[in-house]
Order: sequence, then structure tokens, then C-alpha cells
Amino acid sequence: MPAYVGVVILALLGFAFCAGSLVGAWLLRPRRPVGAKLDPYESGVPPIGDAKGRHVVRFYLVAMLFVVFDVELVFLYPWAVHYAEQGVFSDRLFLFGEMLVFVAILLVAYAYAFKKGVFEWNRGD
Amino acid sequence: MTDQIVAFTYLSIVASVAGLATILVRSPVHSALSLVVVVFHVAGMFVLLGNGFLAAVQVIVYAGAIVVLFLFTMMLLDLRRHETERTVHRRQIWLAIPIAVLLFAEVAWIAISKPEISENLKGAFPPQTIDELGGSAQALATVMFTDYLLPFEVASVLLLAAAIGAMVLARNPDEESLASPPDMIEDAAGTDGSSDQPEGELSETPATHG
Repeated sequence: MPAYVGVVILALLGFAFCAGSLVGAWLLRPRRPVGAKLDPYESGVPPIGDAKGRHVVRFYLVAMLFVVFDVELVFLYPWAVHYAEQGVFSDRLFLFGEMLVFVAILLVAYAYAFKKGVFEWNRGD
Repeated sequence: MTDQIVAFTYLSIVASVAGLATILVRSPVHSALSLVVVVFHVAGMFVLLGNGFLAAVQVIVYAGAIVVLFLFTMMLLDLRRHETERTVHRRQIWLAIPIAVLLFAEVAWIAISKPEISENLKGAFPPQTIDELGGSAQALATVMFTDYLLPFEVASVLLLAAAIGAMVLARNPDEESLASPPDMIEDAAGTDGSSDQPEGELSETPATHG
């Protein structure tokens, strides 16, 4: 359990940083709320409508791909732990090859996505 | 021991409040974000139970992947309508209340009677064995990369099928849907309320940007 004290400290520091930034900015900044200052991104692209409309299905595809590679990541953790414990070189080579096969199969999904233009945002402009 | 009780009290209170917020909050997005809080605190409970790997998976898969899917599904819907509409699912209540009572009774029964678990129900990896192996991730890995090596590789094929299936299903028959011009928000001007806004008001704003 003491191993997780670091996690708790990191979480507390994260919260303290967020709260500190917001409170600090609130204390220091002058308050003159006019015009473009109230935009979500000052000096950025002016927003059209609000964020609550319907979004293009393409964003959903990227999310789906994220989920797939997220699950792949879960498999990497026990693999890394197991790999570090192996002393014999051939065992390490075998485990490394196994993970290469695993990743290579999933790379096919990436290749397919590239070929289908899932990551091409500006085609048609 | 008292550390654990303090930690468990904190985790259970925050998880319960956030769980209530998940079902009571109006905005679907706020509801999903409350779910993230629940998931994180349940992950903390897994740590208290001595399973750090399960906690990590909980955060990566649930807080990461599942909630992202929820949020993206909401983005495909019209959120403005769902925020203003008050929907009470009357039929669901009649099913939800008995199930909730049953679940609570079950948990209460286990907590009070503390039934003894027989040896053959504990499986090949009781807590002592996991501790000897160095932790839950090690215990999982020793089995995964020996007895279940082929299923492990097959899992990647399953993930591949899921990824390609999603891409195929999301495509419109007219082939152009993935490559359509990037109008970020489809009904940008809005269908209700903002549509009576004059066009000039929208096009005036860029001039004020520095």
C-alpha cells in the first residue's frame, strides 16, 4: 500500500495546480469583459454555434480506433512486467517476438484506416 | 488499518455521490463526467483490495475508452434537445427498483453473514499465491504468456476485427462520407433558438479578432 502514496501525492498536486492556477488568475487579472475576450479562444477561429450540436461521424471513428489501441495498451502492461523478469535471452526473444506479432496484427487496422482516408481531414477542400 | 478505513470512507462517499450525480444530473455530458469520477474511485477501491493491475485497467478501459465512447455517441446526438426535455422512464422504474432492492439485499447478506468460501472456489491464484508472484500483473502475465499464448494472439485479431468493423459500418454507401468536407458541426446555425439570429451577426465577429 505505501507504493500508492506517490499516486495520492501526484493527484493532490494535480488538483492543487488546477485550483491554484484558477484562483491565482482570478486574483490577479483585471476584469473588463468586452467583445472578443469572452470568446473560448481569443485570437483564434471564431466559434460557430455552440458545442452541443451534432458532430461529424468521423470523430466517432477516431474514438473507436482509440478504444481499440487502448485495449492493446492494457495487454502491454503484463507483458512488460513479465518481460523484465526473464533472465534467459531466448525467452526474452520469444516474448519480444510474440508482442511484435500482436502489434503487427493490429497495425493492419491502422493501415486500413489510412487507406480508407479516416485520418484525412481536409480532402474535398 | 485505519489508513485503509479512511481511504475506503473517502472513496465510497465520493463514488456514491458521483454515482448519484451520474443519474440525476440534467446534462448528458456532465453525467458522463460524473461516471469518470465514479470509475476513478472504484479503481481506488481495487487498489485497497490489493489489485493494482485491475485498478489500472479500470482507469485505462473505463475512464479512458468507455467514457470516451459515451461522449462521442452523445456528440452524434442533438444534445440541446436532451438537456431541455425532461424524460422520466416510468416503465424502467418498475424494473429498476426491484433489481436495486435485490442487489442491495444480496450485498447486505454477504456483508452480514460473511459466507465461508470453499477451497475449490478460490481457484489457482488465491491472494497468497499472487503475493508470492509479486503482484496481480505478474500473476496474470505468467498465465497469459504460457498457457494462454495463442488466445492472447487471437485477441489481437479480435481487436483488428473490431477496428475494421467500426470503419466499415461508419461508412455511408455513397463512399464519400469519410472524405466529406470538414464542416465540424453539421447544423452549425442551430435548429432552435439561434436560427432567428441574423446572418450578419455571425460574420461580424471575425473582424474583432486580433
